[in-house]
Amino acid sequence: MNGATPKVEIRNLRKSFGTKAHRRTVLHDICLDIGEHEVVCLIGASGSGKSTMLRCINMLEPVDDGEIWLHGTGGAVDLAEPGLDPDPIRRRIGMVFQSYNLFPHMSVLRNITLAPMKVLGRSAGDAKATAMHLLQRLGLADKADAYPDQLSGGQQQRVAIVRALAMQPELMLLDEITAALDPVLVGEVLNVVREMRNDGMTMVLATHEMGFAREIADLVCFLQDGVILESAPPAQLFTEPQHAETRDFLARVIASGRL
Amino acid sequence: MAALSHREGAGDPPAPSRVLTRREVWLRQQRRRAALIAASSMTAVLLAVVLIVPRTPGWPTVKKTFFNGARFRQDFPDLLGYLWTDVKLFLTCVPFILIWGVALAMMRNIRNPALFPLRAFAAAYTDLFRGIPVILTIYLVGFGIPALGLKGEFHLLWFGGRWNSAYLWGPVALILAYSAYVAEVFRSGIEGIHESQRAGARSLGLTQTQTMRHVVLPQAARRVVPPLMNDMLSLQKDVALLSLLGVYELFRRAQVIKDRTFNYTPYVVAAVIFLILTIPETRLVDWYSARHRRRTGGSQVA
Ligand SMILES: Nc1ncnc2c1ncn2[C@@H]1O[C@H](COP(=O)(O)OP(=O)(O)O)[C@@H](O)[C@H]1O
Ligand SMILES: [Mg+2]
Repeated sequence: MNGATPKVEIRNLRKSFGTKAHRRTVLHDICLDIGEHEVVCLIGASGSGKSTMLRCINMLEPVDDGEIWLHGTGGAVDLAEPGLDPDPIRRRIGMVFQSYNLFPHMSVLRNITLAPMKVLGRSAGDAKATAMHLLQRLGLADKADAYPDQLSGGQQQRVAIVRALAMQPELMLLDEITAALDPVLVGEVLNVVREMRNDGMTMVLATHEMGFAREIADLVCFLQDGVILESAPPAQLFTEPQHAETRDFLARVIASGRL
Repeated sequence: MAALSHREGAGDPPAPSRVLTRREVWLRQQRRRAALIAASSMTAVLLAVVLIVPRTPGWPTVKKTFFNGARFRQDFPDLLGYLWTDVKLFLTCVPFILIWGVALAMMRNIRNPALFPLRAFAAAYTDLFRGIPVILTIYLVGFGIPALGLKGEFHLLWFGGRWNSAYLWGPVALILAYSAYVAEVFRSGIEGIHESQRAGARSLGLTQTQTMRHVVLPQAARRVVPPLMNDMLSLQKDVALLSLLGVYELFRRAQVIKDRTFNYTPYVVAAVIFLILTIPETRLVDWYSARHRRRTGGSQVA
């Protein structure tokens, strides 16, 4: 993050769920800078707030307080601003979910071309060319006419990534995209993430794959109960964690054989 | 499952005349055995019915009053002509039920607080008409409204008549009741589309309307067709209830013949005619539902 111009600046982000009587704050005072072309990994136990944070950045959840500045060619916008139209923002940000969320009633090709055509107003031919190019790169060209339920989990997840990439986003949010996959299929999806990194994509990923986070991240943030307890480059965070909680978490992950 | 069959399909092409594998031979034997068991148990049940029923003390009377061959031949063409009235009443109700049902479902989906009264109305409406037996709705609407003493005449599609006619308020009662069922079918169809589908669409920048139109509704439509077809099948039969208001349709005609001849065969004829109409429809619903399950990737256990 040092030196790079920030793509996203999160300042004192607070988010809670529930009714007035039963309010639970799930993100406390989050501050984070995500530099252009940087990869930030969010790690932490389940329920620590990783998904919520990504959903806030994509305006899928309204925030209670704080600022989320998204920088781009047209200047900066605060995504936490109440009343801001989410649609023009979301087309600039790609998101991939743990459960793929492909549209089951559409072919792979249609899944990918729908948004470029409807949102960006691309022609069918143009959208198809982009989609086929991306599918080719990921070795999925022969699946263009298949339906999602005819694909393996790994293939579905790669299609979901292509679907997001077809919008040519400035930023990608990846929420535990390998968590629902068979271990043998994890590799093919992580390879795509490596490639995106090599292409200079700015990414925030929530992940349980510590080995991968260590390899790919510029910055790793350890979340616990909605607080970023520690954030550091992977070499530092994984080898000499500053907090006892971080050490505990990493020890538990190692014990479960995922590092 | 789709994934499996896909893989098989992509695999080796079947040679034109190849020797059956051991598994195929075994499967064929299994199928033959199953067919044999089904056929013999069916024969046993039929034999039991044919042998036992005629020995019951009341059978001669039942046979004469319910299964009178001569009456059957005479009443069948007569009653078949009245089926058209049922079908016309049914076809008149369907479009109104679908339109009103969709409208109610949309009202219940309203999130705008300013339009809360509409939402509350739709909720109350569906609760009310789903909670009352159809026959009571037919009685209350069909006898209650004409009792207001409405004058004059109406003309609607192929039905016309006086404003206090059972041919108007009978179908209205069916529309009121069935639109409540259909509204629930539509509503659960829309709500049954998982939140993640909406999130997936919105994350791509699709607007709320585009998400509804391209992602939610096409999936909901597939889900609602089987339950909708089931409701229409019930409606088809419930049209006969309008005979209670004096609508002269198939069942009413059967009653009239029974009253004249003191023979119940026309009821059996009416049942047979309804079956001729509904059995193909039922098969169609089953076929569609099965296809729907396959398409949506639901697994089937043999
Ligand atoms: N829509 C919601 N309504 C209420 N609570 C929620 C909702 N989404 C998430 N939470 C709560 O917020 C906390 C953080 O969840 P999440 O961001 O999904 O964590 P993670 O992705 O790290 O597992 C959890 O305690 C979860 O129960
Ligand atoms: Mg999560």
